Amino acid sequence: MNRTSPAVVAVALAIAAFLVAFLVIPVATVVYTAFSDGQGGFTLAHFSAFAGISLMRESFANSLYVAGMTVAFSTLIAVPLAYLTVRFQFRGAILIQTLGVLPLVMPAFVGASAMQLLFGRSGSVNLILKDAFGISLPLMEGLNGVIFVETLHYFPFILLNLSAALANIDSSMEESAQNLGSSGWRLFSRIVFPLALPGYVAGASLVFIKVFDDLGTPLVLNVTNMLAPQAFLRVTSIGIEDPIGYVICVILVVFSIAAMAGSWWFVKRRDYAVVSRGGAMAPRRRLTPWQTVLAYGWITLVLLLVLSPHLGILLLSFSKVWSFTVLPEQFTIAHYATVFEDSTRMIWNTFLYCGLAALFDVIIGTAIAYIVLRTALPGRHLLDHLVTVALAMPGVVLGIGYLRTFRGIELPFGGGALTASWLIFVLAYTVRRLPFALRSCMAALQQVHPSLEEAAENLGASRWRTIKRVVVPLMAGGILAGFVTSFITAAVEISETILLTSRESLAPMSYGIYLYMQSIAGRGPGAALGVIAVVLVAVGTYLSHRFVAANTPQNPTGGKP
Amino acid sequence: MNRFLARRLALAIATSLVPLAGLADTVTVVTSFPKELTTAYKKAYEAKFPGDKLEILNKNTAAGIAYVREQPMGSRPEIFWASAPDAFEVLSSAKLLAKIGPGNPAIPAKVGNYPVNDPEGFYRGQALAGYGLMWNTRYLKANNVPEPKEWADLVKPVYFGHLAISSPSRSGTTHLTVETILQGEGWTKGWAQLLGITGNSAAITERSFGVPDGVSNGQFGIGLVIDFFGLAAKNSGMPVEFVYPSVTSIVPANIALVDGSKSPEGGKRFIEFTLSEEGQTLLLQKEISRLPVLPSIYAKAPAGYPNPFGGTIQAKVNFDSNLSESRYYVVLSMFDQAITFRHKELVAATKAILDAEKRLGGRKSPALDEARKLVLTPVVDEKQAADPKLLALFKADKKDAEASKAKAKIEEEWATKVKANYAKAVELASGAK
Repeated sequence: MNRTSPAVVAVALAIAAFLVAFLVIPVATVVYTAFSDGQGGFTLAHFSAFAGISLMRESFANSLYVAGMTVAFSTLIAVPLAYLTVRFQFRGAILIQTLGVLPLVMPAFVGASAMQLLFGRSGSVNLILKDAFGISLPLMEGLNGVIFVETLHYFPFILLNLSAALANIDSSMEESAQNLGSSGWRLFSRIVFPLALPGYVAGASLVFIKVFDDLGTPLVLNVTNMLAPQAFLRVTSIGIEDPIGYVICVILVVFSIAAMAGSWWFVKRRDYAVVSRGGAMAPRRRLTPWQTVLAYGWITLVLLLVLSPHLGILLLSFSKVWSFTVLPEQFTIAHYATVFEDSTRMIWNTFLYCGLAALFDVIIGTAIAYIVLRTALPGRHLLDHLVTVALAMPGVVLGIGYLRTFRGIELPFGGGALTASWLIFVLAYTVRRLPFALRSCMAALQQVHPSLEEAAENLGASRWRTIKRVVVPLMAGGILAGFVTSFITAAVEISETILLTSRESLAPMSYGIYLYMQSIAGRGPGAALGVIAVVLVAVGTYLSHRFVAANTPQNPTGGKP
Repeated sequence: MNRFLARRLALAIATSLVPLAGLADTVTVVTSFPKELTTAYKKAYEAKFPGDKLEILNKNTAAGIAYVREQPMGSRPEIFWASAPDAFEVLSSAKLLAKIGPGNPAIPAKVGNYPVNDPEGFYRGQALAGYGLMWNTRYLKANNVPEPKEWADLVKPVYFGHLAISSPSRSGTTHLTVETILQGEGWTKGWAQLLGITGNSAAITERSFGVPDGVSNGQFGIGLVIDFFGLAAKNSGMPVEFVYPSVTSIVPANIALVDGSKSPEGGKRFIEFTLSEEGQTLLLQKEISRLPVLPSIYAKAPAGYPNPFGGTIQAKVNFDSNLSESRYYVVLSMFDQAITFRHKELVAATKAILDAEKRLGGRKSPALDEARKLVLTPVVDEKQAADPKLLALFKADKKDAEASKAKAKIEEEWATKVKANYAKAVELASGAK
């Protein structure tokens, strides 16, 4: 099966060219600018200038602190939940699966403004606490707020990865330990958790990267002394020439790649493979009554917290006046009318950009999966690695890189500047969401046995015909799941979107939410647009789970890539 | 992908490509104004001139300046429309604006002593704005905080932790408020007042809108805002009030034609529209609530609507926009270094002083006086602030590596000094007997 035809080479080269033009060059431009002295020479002056500014040092420390604390709190929430679902007879499992998805359907920056109303200084919770006990909790103050919001948003990454890893552990290990008298915390901390460590590390490093790079949440919460907001502020208010902005970008990139590479190294360092896999799952144990109470209590608490941004945004979208009261006083549907009257264009833009980006993603993803898994093309893994690098690329960096690299490039036929056209969104979303689509396509192709293709070719089908009639139809579920994942994650992207939006008529919904949220009368419509985005993403997520489930009936977790 | 879907998608892409080809007159407006205002103007303008298309590009004032500056000649936006007059000074001294000549003759030349239009003809006043205090009536009642009247009230201990202000480097209107206080009270006293106010503040918000938003939803008690934020919130039914303190200035929010845009004719048409009877009336809409520059419009305004031509606002300060422009970057940087980026330390120092005052119960203490001085003295004194060398350094081209380095060094000196002062103040105040 391992043959290389000219057509395959051509496709591989085309994909490589695309990735070089829209991923490698923009990022390289950013890195080059950070090290360039303006006359083409190399300099470290910008870095020493960065290190000389105490605000930058502080932002750096704050970003590390927030990302680290978010990982810690996410672990506290996710580990018990994952252990519960996989190892115990427990009716709440479906609740926990819901928990794993709910936060992901709400963009963190949308949730942030709603959580301000619920947990802020005069939010519902603090008003109740003040009334009852005369105290108030500084949950949303400064860095606390960012950690709080991001934890609720990103803990599912750990939950999903860890659940998948736990489900794959050979039950004989646990049984042996139990036979030798180990149980409870000791069993978990000495046997189960270490075996599931690769899954945990993968999730934790993803959380770290996402939080370290996030721009929308700190901006909405008025926290500016972190790296991503500083990069944004420098480049938007001082200008695209400001070298410090690029230095920050380089630091963001280095840390993201380091976190990702570190997690790989960590997993590869030791052998985590177990002899048999996927066979008998460990028998689920029973919970004692007390444990049941604790488990349900914990799940209810987390569920309430996780639902709070959704609830908040829903209330806000229907409220006329909500000020210094636990709940809004008057309700209206006028905000939805405003959105549909003024902002249908933004909703349409989201469908157009994200739809196209997701379409490109699955086409490229399928092609790469095929090249990597089914051909012997030299250097084919490079494509896979390049795409994975895109996962670690912060939106701010790519946005700034695009603005700088493609500045002055005009589209043909009088289309104006590339950076001022809607194509830039499609390109940016395509590149950043490609890893999601690629994972789905790879997984889908791995489940198609090569013998089916061999059979087709033995019967005289050409390779192209085999791909079209056999491979792609068999991958359909995975491709659709990849399409939906790319689409919904692009629909709620904000870091690049803020940077790349040059005109309101080009703006997608995510920018619209941000824009509406900047005026008193706009808060309601902004929330309404947020609810629409959440519904859209929720439906998409549900559909993608259905596709995955329909395609792989034996997959117990149905997790996201 | 089934064929039907593919065809639909192809059609959709084709229709979306149409705008790429470009219509006759697309007027691009760079503005810091909220969506209600821009949407109202877009609708009204496009209804009146169906051939034109209005493109809104929402950016805060500083980002808007940077954006206009970075666009190549010939593809710049047509219109720059924002509150801060100094932004227009910055643009016009960078030769980025086109002369537009005299406008609607019914618009008076001056409001108070301040010219409504640019004397050189590069930009025109489109609405008037004053700066003031907005508060949440429920919040003040619940926390037993008295209603403020003047800026000077806000430095009192009773307001500790209840105020909010934005940062002038992020919000042009906040910069005007800061300059108004500095010009109204003088440099040294003005900074002392600003440091007192911000020391009492619960937050320095990233966006100017963060202040009225926080006051409206009850996160903050009192905010320092431009008038229409307060008036619009009140008119939308929020439990808030707004006053103009006596140290305020009435300054026009301006509109200008950017030089080197694609369709200057369309741009001029839009400017004329915003200054016409029709365009000015839009300002009275409930959720916009701005002050028109055309005096005849006030006859249509609801009762109690402030009228700067009718004497309902006392504006003691005659805003000097040349002075403001000359020290623009120095003031921004000082505010950020001493307040925005050191807010936690400033609040801690303020708190230590308040605690000491309470403990001492009115007794004099040299240590406490020293602590107060450390907190309330600006890091740059009046003489240094007028030093042409310093001012030039802060205005220098961003590409000039030497200048940026020198500037970064000065900023770092300020930052270090301020941080040490606040720490020392905490120490002195806690030890005061």
